[in-house]
Amino acid sequence: MTKPTLPDAEHLLTELASQMRPHVTAQTGLIGIVTGGAWLAERLHRELKLKVPHGSLDVSFYRDDFQRKGLKHKVAPSAIPFEIEGCDLILVDDVLHTGRTIRAAMNELFDYGRPARIRLASLIDRGGRELPIAAQFVGTNLDVPAQFSIDLEKTEAGKLHLVLQTKN
Amino acid sequence: MFLNGNPQLNKNGELHHLLSMEGLPAEILKQILDTAQSFVGVTQREVKKVPLLRGKAIFNLFFEPSTRTRTTFEIAAKRLSADVINLAVNVSSQTKGESVLDTVANLSAMQADMFIVRHGESGAPHLIARHVGADIHVINAGDGRHAHPTQGLLDMFTVRHYKQDFTRLRVAIIGDILHSRVARSQIHALTTLGVPEVRVIGPKTLLPSNVDNLGVHVYHDMAKGLKDVDVIMMLRLQNERMQGSFLPSAQEFFKFYGLTAEKLALAKPDAIVLHPGPMNRGVEIDSDVADGSQSVILPQVTFGIAIRMAVMSILAGN
Repeated sequence: MTKPTLPDAEHLLTELASQMRPHVTAQTGLIGIVTGGAWLAERLHRELKLKVPHGSLDVSFYRDDFQRKGLKHKVAPSAIPFEIEGCDLILVDDVLHTGRTIRAAMNELFDYGRPARIRLASLIDRGGRELPIAAQFVGTNLDVPAQFSIDLEKTEAGKLHLVLQTKN
Repeated sequence: MFLNGNPQLNKNGELHHLLSMEGLPAEILKQILDTAQSFVGVTQREVKKVPLLRGKAIFNLFFEPSTRTRTTFEIAAKRLSADVINLAVNVSSQTKGESVLDTVANLSAMQADMFIVRHGESGAPHLIARHVGADIHVINAGDGRHAHPTQGLLDMFTVRHYKQDFTRLRVAIIGDILHSRVARSQIHALTTLGVPEVRVIGPKTLLPSNVDNLGVHVYHDMAKGLKDVDVIMMLRLQNERMQGSFLPSAQEFFKFYGLTAEKLALAKPDAIVLHPGPMNRGVEIDSDVADGSQSVILPQVTFGIAIRMAVMSILAGN
């Protein structure tokens, strides 16, 4: 099967920011999912000139595949430097696929408090949902064959780019 | 199923039981410390709980009394959403003559997923680990004079928290090394993590004869042993050792090996003081030091919960 070509991550980020701009206020809080989503949240926070500091979530302790996969990767501490009770939140992730990561993220968020609203922003929506979850802001829709995964990477200069990997 | 005969690792080289610090690679120790770091964040939240071990049954199997270790294991298991069953075995079946393995077999039949074992005899957790089903995990919560790996790990976590880099440290372990399972776990963990100089300080009667085989430097004099150290790990002097040939008296021990402010001043000015508890104030440590600014004894207890959460969740996932 031919490898799909990936779009430019920096371009998608600009697209995502312009979609979000009319829908955020000074009270909107951004929370990125580690690691790609956390980088995006940091960039979007700067781009959209938001007041509330951005947070990050590592959802490893909430994943539904722990029984099968265990804790294989290094787990980063979640850091939410603001009170989420009653807050207008936007979850940020790099690739939206099955929706299971977002489910885990929402479960974790509710252990911090009860947000007034949670919306979802994703750089790429590759379809393949296994849960009733949809993003309000999407950089692009991309059809990627199931054997590939898409990862977001960051260069030393801080530039974001997408890489295609074959799942093992 | 064991790799290279190491009963702690599965065929993929992952941690299956935690029985001792001995023979574990630095990567596994670091994985536990890093995972514990993330759990410290969880314990500071409004809801101090994650759903990781939901539906798992964890048995606290204590053949020897303990308050702090049992409680921190219980808190850790509850914060992982597991069901915890506490058994003080010394007051139940053992007095009726049931063997350790029979006790364990019975509890396994009750669908146990994990055993936390404290036992007065060295090797008891190993014995249990060899006889449980392949999907059951065993954690040693202290056995005889042999090992107390989660204590060793929480001490490493505490040292890393305050000193960051293990590879530049001079560490002194002080007191009754001979009878101490804590000291053995500390020595193995410190050397595995790359601490270049580990010292043990104590009277000849309380040091094992071949302790230098573990790669430590032996001192009998506090003034020499404490010079330029970054980390001081005090050990509890067990009351039952104070009679007979080991020691003349507790007062005598305090005079030579008790950590006082004057002796602490011989170490580096930013040295930290650890103690596994429970403390004998005025025997191995003076109250001024135990409650002083260089003491990290209470943070050790807090970190102990995060370490135990990390160990349980890594084992359950492997």
